Amino acid sequence: MLDLAFIRKVIPLYVHAAGLTISIGVTGILLAFAVGIICALVRYKKIPVLNQIVSFYIELSRNTPLLIQLFFLYFALPKIGIRMSSEQCGIIGLTFLGGSYMAETLRSSLETVSPVQIESGECIGLRRNQIIRYVVLPQACTVAVPGLCANIMFMIKETSVFSAVALADLMYVAKDLIGLYYKTDEALLLLVVSYFILLLPVTLLSAWAERRFRYGQFGTV
Amino acid sequence: MVSSALSDAVAGAFRVLFLGRNFVRLLEGLLVTIRIAAVSVALSLVSGVFFGMLMTVKNKPLHVMCKIYLEFMRIMPQLVLLFLAYFGLTRTFGFHISGETSVLLVFTLWGTAEMGDLVRGALESIPQHQYESGRALGLTERQIFFFIVIPQTVRRLVPLSMNLITRMIKTTSLAVFVGVVEVVKVGQQIIEASRLTVPTASIAIYAVIFFMYFLVCWPLSMAAGYIEKRQKAQEA
Repeated sequence: MLDLAFIRKVIPLYVHAAGLTISIGVTGILLAFAVGIICALVRYKKIPVLNQIVSFYIELSRNTPLLIQLFFLYFALPKIGIRMSSEQCGIIGLTFLGGSYMAETLRSSLETVSPVQIESGECIGLRRNQIIRYVVLPQACTVAVPGLCANIMFMIKETSVFSAVALADLMYVAKDLIGLYYKTDEALLLLVVSYFILLLPVTLLSAWAERRFRYGQFGTV
Repeated sequence: MVSSALSDAVAGAFRVLFLGRNFVRLLEGLLVTIRIAAVSVALSLVSGVFFGMLMTVKNKPLHVMCKIYLEFMRIMPQLVLLFLAYFGLTRTFGFHISGETSVLLVFTLWGTAEMGDLVRGALESIPQHQYESGRALGLTERQIFFFIVIPQTVRRLVPLSMNLITRMIKTTSLAVFVGVVEVVKVGQQIIEASRLTVPTASIAIYAVIFFMYFLVCWPLSMAAGYIEKRQKAQEA
């Protein structure tokens, strides 16, 4: 049987840990979005040299696990004098990983806007920034929404490995409770419930956003 | 001055790779990682195809059940699923499974869900007129499925499932949390063992593991991107 008194006692621990997961997750997502916009523009505009550097970064970060990136930041960098707290490592790691995912999503949605659209804009006498404002962005944004939502889900899920660099997140609390009190069932149940509470709204919101934004698409669907 | 100290530290760190059997051990660890990934990928590709076909069956209760399974596997981080299998199964149902078995179990269940969704998407993307044209030509339903639906579905699935495979390979790094001795664990052991002789070993070890994962996943994602691009060019 589940020990309800125990559950009641440890819920605050989970709430606190979820708060940490959210704050680091949100910071990481916002930073990754910023990195993503810059990298996507560099690749979209094919700026020489920068384009190669950004491509290299994207391949590097998409093809390696976050866990190893975090280990490198947390255990290897201090040996050459770069010391960071667990929180800083978490945020930097998440940004490094998420930035490339955001960049690829944004770039591919920018590229779905066909050159015909831009040429038509030029023909009716729109200025460059008007073309971007009224032709490219509205179309690219609707295409980008599902991918961006998937990236956000992915990044929040990835925060679960933060416990490996001594961040007291949900996994850390659960592992602690299993080790200290041997209350495996209760700890795991609360863990599952907390991730549901965190991620179910994101799933529902992204399903809604996807439906809502599909109206904006022209021609397709 | 600072930079020379830095390069000394880094050069010293990479020395650890050539001590004893360290590098060979890392490669052996990588083999364990690849083995885990290969087995779970193979299992989930096969069962994912069936799961995907199951999801296209028009049956309300079945559809709801598939949806719940898919969403649960999607929402839960893989590490949580791993904990459920490794710690939860033992406590709640009393049977103990080894770390490696639980990793294989979790990755297969998760991979089945993800692969199933890809298969469902690919099946549903086949336009209705393909079926109708088949019927107009007098093909039986079985012939339509084997000669019209499957070739087109597989074509669409190849790049998507290759991306899924790279994701699964990257996720195998989580196996270290349930005590599987794979490349990350071996790396940690080497760092611990050479704590006194090569104190900066962690730089070299983690850099090498980082590039090992990269070298395994990168060709796959490059190939997936290439195939996708070529297919788009053919369609256009």
